Amino acid sequence: MKLNGAQMVIHSLKKEGVDTIFGYPGGAVLSLYDQLYDSDIRHILARHEQGATHAADGYARATGRPGVVFATSGPGATNLVTGITTAYMDSVPMVIFTGQVAISLIGTDAFQEADITGITYPVTKHSYLVKDVNQLPVIIKEAFHIATTGRCGPVLIDLPKDIQAAEGKFDYPAGVNIPGYNPTYHGHPGQIARAAKMIAQAERPVIYSGGGIVFSGADNYLLQLAELTNIPVTTTLMGLTGFPGNHRLSLGMLGMHGNYWSNMAVSEADLIIAVGARFDERVTGNVSRFVEGKKIIHIDIDPAEIGKNIGVDIPIVGDANLVLCELVKKVEPVDTTLWLEQIEEWKQQGPLHYEQDMDGEIAPQFVIEQIYEQTEGKALITTEVGQHQMWTAQYYRFSRPRSLASSGGLGAMGYGFPASLGVQVGRPDELVFCIAGDGSFLMNAQELATAVAYNIPVKVAIINNGYLGMVRQLQELFCRGRYHSVQLEKGPDFAKLAEAYGAVGLRVDKPAEVAPALRRAMETPGPVVIDFRVKADENVFPMVPPSAQINEMIRGTKK
Amino acid sequence: MRHVLAVLVDNKPGVLVRVAGLFARRGFNIESLAVGTTVDKTISRMTIEVEADEPTLEQIIKQLYKLINVLKVSNLTNEPSVHRELAMIKVRANSANRAEIQQIFETFRAKVVDVSHQSLIAEVTGNEEKIEAIIMLLSSYGILEIVRTGKISLLRGNKTTRNGEAKEKGQ
Repeated sequence: MKLNGAQMVIHSLKKEGVDTIFGYPGGAVLSLYDQLYDSDIRHILARHEQGATHAADGYARATGRPGVVFATSGPGATNLVTGITTAYMDSVPMVIFTGQVAISLIGTDAFQEADITGITYPVTKHSYLVKDVNQLPVIIKEAFHIATTGRCGPVLIDLPKDIQAAEGKFDYPAGVNIPGYNPTYHGHPGQIARAAKMIAQAERPVIYSGGGIVFSGADNYLLQLAELTNIPVTTTLMGLTGFPGNHRLSLGMLGMHGNYWSNMAVSEADLIIAVGARFDERVTGNVSRFVEGKKIIHIDIDPAEIGKNIGVDIPIVGDANLVLCELVKKVEPVDTTLWLEQIEEWKQQGPLHYEQDMDGEIAPQFVIEQIYEQTEGKALITTEVGQHQMWTAQYYRFSRPRSLASSGGLGAMGYGFPASLGVQVGRPDELVFCIAGDGSFLMNAQELATAVAYNIPVKVAIINNGYLGMVRQLQELFCRGRYHSVQLEKGPDFAKLAEAYGAVGLRVDKPAEVAPALRRAMETPGPVVIDFRVKADENVFPMVPPSAQINEMIRGTKK
Repeated sequence: MRHVLAVLVDNKPGVLVRVAGLFARRGFNIESLAVGTTVDKTISRMTIEVEADEPTLEQIIKQLYKLINVLKVSNLTNEPSVHRELAMIKVRANSANRAEIQQIFETFRAKVVDVSHQSLIAEVTGNEEKIEAIIMLLSSYGILEIVRTGKISLLRGNKTTRNGEAKEKGQ
């Protein structure tokens, strides 16, 4: 079959089962959009290319299917970079198509020319600059394969304008042949047996699980492993939805703003079983002191993560789901009674706490707890980045995999709101909440237009403290309260902003109004923005100061 | 410690940038780098000399393997292998000392590849120590310019680095 490049893209997307594209048109992708005109693939027009990438990322995290993005050359392409990097850092499968100037113009600084493959080498799993239309089907097949297998990630295809118009033979390949790409899925049986033995000998074991549990669908085996062995589970931000937050063995999140008891448990543990997590410095604090006196089993699909940040005793390269499936067959119950009692004691000593005076100002944590209660913990949540993100991790107890999308690795403000649109598009029957800060919401507030245009009924809860709260907290603690450039007090009226876009805007000033406002938002069809005016100077505790040991937490004072 | 890696890669545009960029952004030090095609024209071979401790070397190899275009990485450091470098050295020379300089060339089995009234160019191959030694000796005459290829290396005997190619990925 003879097709032009643009037709090949659309045909290939159909073959890959793509039903939704997030994008923004432009001169260098005219042919692509011309082909979309005749296609039944849904295109969501974002209001900024960054919004399109975050939405595609949210779609991918919520559905497990790759997010697909279209953007034009030059500025269209460069606007994608934060979104691509977010996906790369958090291992989210995406395939991004960018327009490029015609091949004859590449390298001439032509209008809207940018070397997007060059710019994104460090933040893509792989990328292609297409120079022969006949290779396009193979390239697209490879791109989807690479993006969605092994450790997932974004793959970019740069399509010169003349390639989109050029005709070639279209024969979509059934499989791929990539000699340089061969991920390991099955863990080494000998290593798994050694791990089971090490677990049996442990006295103070902790499972430390990350996003790999969620992405590989290993939540069931993780639950089995924990229950079979009576080993408590602490998770990273990325791994929060991989283990039920209300389970007796759940310790919640660890790390910089992790729970006191989780950090104590990890510090005092004699064995850490890391699954689909990467010992990020936000998790370990001071690395050399983190490893003291413990054995470490590290299970990960990416061999380069093993031994990167921390030396391990038993490395197991493989897919978390497949490895845990084998591991649960070999483990036996471990007597952790004393250990769990010790952890319970830490829980009593350092519970999460905040005060809510029902006649005073709203505490931000109270809003998160109310969202948890009003949604019965069943909403799909996205967050922006900052204090509200950490409070969400602390106070919203997740129970279902893929029910949280948050920019973990990159920590990109402006992620959460557009991501929530992608989550809702991918899971139309679910209730979707975006928990935002007043700073980060403004970074992609223009996507309100997208939400209204497509009637994407997300509920945005802005935890509005009039500050870039996380930076304000850091300046309070580490710069002697010399606040600089963190005040946002003359920010917009978010309720009116929402109304201006055609969404529903609510404003809440009193603690007693929080729950009714949430219920009203949930009953209102279409997108709703709730501006929660909260206490300005609340801090996120506990907190491990940068490069301190993980058990050296600032715990805040009980006021 | 210094290590020599033989890296087989797809012979495609951008692959050198991917490899070099990886070293730059992860803070790995390249001491020298030489690239050329192999018998199979679709595959290039890079010889990369790196300064790294053992854990860093392990990371370098694993990170290289994460590049889709990298097919095989072999560490030749502790394998019996032949290491060579080629240098061209332009040295100041006049009628009075020309013969003396050429004597040094002969000792190092360097070839004269250009002669002028005021200079000579020597072409010399060998291991790093040999190149360093001739440079040191010639420096007293005044070296005008030097160009070096960087190290290239082959395993001794009939073993090749292609054995088991692509099978070892991800291990």
